[in-house]
Amino acid sequence: MNSRVSVCQEPFDLAAELRLLTEGRTDIGAVASFVGLVRDLGHRAPLLSMTLEHYPGMTESALEKIAEEAGSRWSLLGVRVIHRYGTLAPGDPIVLVLVAAAHRGEAFAACEFIMDYLKTRAPFWKKEATAEGALWVDARDADDAAASRWRS
Amino acid sequence: MVKVLYFAGLREALGTAGEDIALAAGVADIAALRRQLAARGEPWQALARTPNLRAALNQTMVDESAALADGDEVAFFPPVTGG
Repeated sequence: MNSRVSVCQEPFDLAAELRLLTEGRTDIGAVASFVGLVRDLGHRAPLLSMTLEHYPGMTESALEKIAEEAGSRWSLLGVRVIHRYGTLAPGDPIVLVLVAAAHRGEAFAACEFIMDYLKTRAPFWKKEATAEGALWVDARDADDAAASRWRS
Repeated sequence: MVKVLYFAGLREALGTAGEDIALAAGVADIAALRRQLAARGEPWQALARTPNLRAALNQTMVDESAALADGDEVAFFPPVTGG
């Protein structure tokens, strides 16, 4: 299975990535995409920016392992994962997952799986800045629960 | 010697992103290394205090029972929050 992961500061281009994944292929019947955006949770003062820290080296290998694991669970024809780091503004895209398969069932399931695993296994940490100061985002139990439902 | 890295809130609490550590006698796994570091007192006790502290050994997430060898890269960090 063709899979590619990137960890970068620059924005990504969904249409360009979709084209790269499917160009010249006639066996792909479905591509599921997920785009995660910087969201203001509304818990505190308005969000000014979000800074993502990561663990260079481990991040890339963790994302590759997650893509490979998806490829071993479903019959996939391509996976593309891009995760940004650095300082982003509310509404900015953070993460892109594209999954190509013959049929939509595999594409949807694998895309969700990759995001669920990424949330609990890829070494990224978010820090939110507001006028009241900056705070690290706490991990959510719901993310652990979402990842654990794939274990069986 | 092992290379130890710290990330996110833990890095800030400790005031350093990493260091080379000589393993104390009898320190053979991640849990023991964590105790060795926390025993230095503040701010290192953050390693003992941080709830759900996670660890990686040679860039793979592991349990605290993972055995250490000379030259390993160990990382301590809070639960991840990417995506």
